[in-house]
Amino acid sequence: MSELLEVSDLVIEYHGTSIVRAVDEVSMTIAPGEVVALVGESGCGKSSLARAVVGMEKPRTGSVSYRGSDVPFLGVRRRKAQFTSIQMVFQDPNSSLNPRVRVGQQISEGIRAAVERGDEGSQPEEWLERVGLPTEMASRYSHELSGGQRQRVAIARALAARPALLVADEPISALDASSQASVANMMRRLAFDAGAGLLFISHDLAIVRLIADRTVVMYRGKIVESGVSDLIWNDPMHPYTRALISAIPEPDGKGNLPAAPAAEAPEEWRSSIPEALDRV
Amino acid sequence: MSETTTPHSADDVNTAAGPMLTIDNLTIGIGPRNKVKSIVKGISLTLSPGRVQGLAGESGSGKTVTSLAILGLLPSNAVVGGSIRLGETELVGLPRRQLNDIRGRRIAMIFQDPSSSLHPQLMVGTQLTDHVKRHLKYSGKQARAHAIKLLDRVRVPNPEEALTRYPHQFSGGQRQRIAIAIALACDPVVLLADEPTTALDVTVQAGILHLLRDLADERQLALLLVTHDLGVMSAIADDIAVMRHGEVVESNSRQEIFSHPQHAYTRELLASLPGAAGFQEATE
Repeated sequence: MSELLEVSDLVIEYHGTSIVRAVDEVSMTIAPGEVVALVGESGCGKSSLARAVVGMEKPRTGSVSYRGSDVPFLGVRRRKAQFTSIQMVFQDPNSSLNPRVRVGQQISEGIRAAVERGDEGSQPEEWLERVGLPTEMASRYSHELSGGQRQRVAIARALAARPALLVADEPISALDASSQASVANMMRRLAFDAGAGLLFISHDLAIVRLIADRTVVMYRGKIVESGVSDLIWNDPMHPYTRALISAIPEPDGKGNLPAAPAAEAPEEWRSSIPEALDRV
Repeated sequence: MSETTTPHSADDVNTAAGPMLTIDNLTIGIGPRNKVKSIVKGISLTLSPGRVQGLAGESGSGKTVTSLAILGLLPSNAVVGGSIRLGETELVGLPRRQLNDIRGRRIAMIFQDPSSSLHPQLMVGTQLTDHVKRHLKYSGKQARAHAIKLLDRVRVPNPEEALTRYPHQFSGGQRQRIAIAIALACDPVVLLADEPTTALDVTVQAGILHLLRDLADERQLALLLVTHDLGVMSAIADDIAVMRHGEVVESNSRQEIFSHPQHAYTRELLASLPGAAGFQEATE
């Protein structure tokens, strides 16, 4: 099996006054060139899972393996070159870009990571063009750009490192509605062109539906349904997936209210349905 | 398990009552005296009883500033021109004391993030009864009974017990329901809702949308819904105004906006929706 990423029986817990199990025995895989969407409500564990994939979270038990080796926990030391081909795009570009470094230089840092791994070099301007920004932006600082432009820069920086696996945690929710769909589509296209796997986390189901080959639905730390996107969207099996899909308001101008669940968290959403997993 | 999803009709509207709130050629500039930045450039809108008026547009288009101006909540260096009338009362330039009698009493507001609009250190019961005692001169006992009724209406479970709990003890959706109950406590005629479901999960959002639509209908509330989400807009708005750069570029019934958008910007917004015809080309 030539999986790019293999998460097996991953458990992540946060120990505070009480123990919170954010990710509860989750297993999933991503193949090269595949776009996998991770959806679910806030607090369902999707961000914890993403952070574990890049090594920002220590698994309690279980493992995250990338090209056959375990992803080490990120420390203050530089990551080994073999893991710099995992890149991440965060929700808020303000906190992921360095305010004191010019845009072009930040993208160059990504390029350097690629070169150090023995990959082909490139110019920052190429990446700016690819994400739809003018090349003059290379000499600007991030605070001179709009929120949408900043997120494009963050994407350009991640892509410049020529990732084989790109993890994007809510990369479009800070953008204006009119650019969300186009940025999501752009990420899909660029990842596909580079043959990279893309783990795309979003609560915007309408967009996920358009770009993901496979969809993974999480609820309270567990995967309740997963498989080929079309199957899940057109014929959801798990009650939570069903509620999730029918709650999306359709922008058709017809004045239809989306179906609302009877309670905020019906008990049946916790049920486990083995047939709803890995649907093909 | 689900509430029914019947399309509501926008045609059976009682327009004889006339508008509740009239915004006429409203201009808003913000900044120091010598360099005031123009944020809203002469917009006109009317809110009518029982109708949901949507205000759509991107961030920075002036939609939130417009809703804040109605309640006189703009920063002190804002310059407001034009007119906002509640019935016969002109709100622009109204002295603060008189404005205080209108805020929360005749016009109420709910915000995007209920965890920041509710007071974290006050019990829900206190936040639900303070303004009722002030505006409606209810006794403590009357106000408490009123609060229980309201919480029950917005479907917060165990209303009596909820009164003695704090906001952080509720989920995001329940908190927004509580914020709505607080807004409705003095029986306002106008409700301003600024991105009321944006911070909520989609299943929770659906419940809040049902609630807002039902409340507008049963209380004949004039509701101003500010949102960038055209799905939300399509679900509950009767009329929609599209704002861009501080101007209303198009204003029409929901059906017309979605089926026959006139302005190029409205068409652009609709085309950017995932799944819209032309979406693929627009992104290439």
